[in-house]
Amino acid sequence: MPGSSVTIRNVDKYYDDFHVLKNIDLEIKENEFFSILGPSGCGKTTLLRIIAGFEDVDSGDVLLDGKSILQLPPNKRPVNTIFQNYALFPHLTVYENIAFPLRLKKFSEKEIEEKVGWLLNLVRLEEHAKKKPSQLSGGQKQRVSLARALANEPKVLLLDEPVSALDAKLRQELLIELDNLHDKVGITFVYVTHDQSEAISVSDHVAVMNNGVIVQYGTPYEIYESPANSFVATFIGESNLMKGEVTEVLSESYVKVEFPTLGEIICYRDKPVKEKDWVLVTLRPEKIRITHSKPNISDYSTTNIVHGVVDETIYMGYQTKYFVRTDEGYILKVYKQHVSYLLDEKIIQWKDEVFLYWNPDDSYIVEVEED
Amino acid sequence: MKSSKLLKSFESYGYVYLFWLIVFFLIPVLAILTYSFLTRDFQGGVRLQFSLKGYRDILNTTYLTVFLRTVFISLISSTLSIFVAIPVAYYIAYSRFKNFLLLLVIIPFWTNSLIRIYAWIFILGNNGLINQTLLRLGIIESYIKFMYNNFAVVLVLLYTYLPFAILPLYSSIERLEKQIFEAALDLGCTKRQVFFKVLLPNIKQGIISAFVFVFIPAIGTYAVPELVGGKSSRLIGNEIARQLTTAKNWPAAAAISSVLLVITIVAVLIFMYGGEKRETR
Repeated sequence: MPGSSVTIRNVDKYYDDFHVLKNIDLEIKENEFFSILGPSGCGKTTLLRIIAGFEDVDSGDVLLDGKSILQLPPNKRPVNTIFQNYALFPHLTVYENIAFPLRLKKFSEKEIEEKVGWLLNLVRLEEHAKKKPSQLSGGQKQRVSLARALANEPKVLLLDEPVSALDAKLRQELLIELDNLHDKVGITFVYVTHDQSEAISVSDHVAVMNNGVIVQYGTPYEIYESPANSFVATFIGESNLMKGEVTEVLSESYVKVEFPTLGEIICYRDKPVKEKDWVLVTLRPEKIRITHSKPNISDYSTTNIVHGVVDETIYMGYQTKYFVRTDEGYILKVYKQHVSYLLDEKIIQWKDEVFLYWNPDDSYIVEVEED
Repeated sequence: MKSSKLLKSFESYGYVYLFWLIVFFLIPVLAILTYSFLTRDFQGGVRLQFSLKGYRDILNTTYLTVFLRTVFISLISSTLSIFVAIPVAYYIAYSRFKNFLLLLVIIPFWTNSLIRIYAWIFILGNNGLINQTLLRLGIIESYIKFMYNNFAVVLVLLYTYLPFAILPLYSSIERLEKQIFEAALDLGCTKRQVFFKVLLPNIKQGIISAFVFVFIPAIGTYAVPELVGGKSSRLIGNEIARQLTTAKNWPAAAAISSVLLVITIVAVLIFMYGGEKRETR
């Protein structure tokens, strides 16, 4: 089953006076796993419902393979939705739920049996075929709804926070299963979520939304490593977000920035800045290395080093989170991954004096303040 | 330990209720059954002597007609009430103001039902609201006879017992996730198919309850045909009253009541069993 490309063109949507979607432009390629990521109320679900046909647009267009689908009612669109609360038909068995769209299309009993059997196998629910939805767990219910939607052979599958109602472990499992399912059926998946880890772990491309606009579009890697602004930097993953003044432009890619509570740091930039500009810099906690002794580094001009005292430690098993107070008083988050915790030369503890160092590439300028 | 103690105290409440039912429901019903097999006393009341005359008195075409009319009118009223109640219940279940709307459904119960039935006379009567309005507007030239016929009885029964249909339907619709209707549309249903393939099968139990809740009071109704019905719309309730008061034939009154009881029980069993059977398929 080949999937379709989806084009959102200049879509605006109002609920009364509330401008939910502001001139949304989006290109979703055929057969890709695409995520729309944003906090609740950012308009992502509305956008999904517009593609499904449950909501109208106030202006703009939605195209499937280059053809507008706005005039089509939901039951005529080659698009199916997976709902957060599963939306299974309570009066029908698992088998009959999956057979539902096939019966509407008047498939023969033999075809139905064949197809439902294949789908039950695909979502590993063969032995539950005769159960009613109320007898299933959350994860099983969602797999039934996936099978039911796929029975309709959609060109695009829309997933509205499909794993949010599940507990953390199950969420991971179903996510991996979704990824496998996407590989097997090969149609376009549009996945809406507020959970950044879900979005970046399975998607080919991600659109980050906030307040009805798309603030960044890119691969998960681009969005994590070069966030478009401070919102993206803090919404996706964890980050030390710091504000400082540019003191010296070193080269095309590097500038020196003076932070009031951190001292002078070499930062990476991919946008024009000049001396005396105020900039926002993000630094991921896991990119910072932490040691007791001053690191033995050959070239100090290409490494940032600060000195501080451990203010707080949170042991997480697979890693430890340190909150380090620098000499000037700034608190930096530092996450140390444990490769072999007990073999590490000496465990860093609360109140220890430490050195923090990182590559200038990792202190990334996200925003330049307008004067 | 604590919870079982709590359960015990609930159990004792159960006994109170059981006692209540025995004294004020079971014993009177048994008394009526007994009366139907006793001999008529012409001053009213009965003499303690076995007789089947009560049943013989009502075994004629007049009573058969009244019985059939009662069942027919009750069936019509309950069916109509379901047609009206489904859209109302659906609207309330997914409305933002559902508590307020439910209150509106229940408010009529705060007024005496006789007064509410009487009010219909002012609406339907020859000098009533509808006739006066139509006459003034020149749409009709003489009165339309809305009152004192089976139409008025069905209409007022429908009005009186509609809440009994709305409430069970509301509770069965409210349990459904609204998303299942969107899912049905999404999977290719037309709006018609959403109604017949998704909504109706999911509220079957509610429909059965609503039907029974309207049918039972309707089949025993007395005040409605008495106030708005005509000579040709007398129902079983009126016959019982007549036998008990003017005719002073208590065994016959008890016999009608007993037959009515049997009809009701059979009807309810049919509805319930019919629903159960379809459920397991």
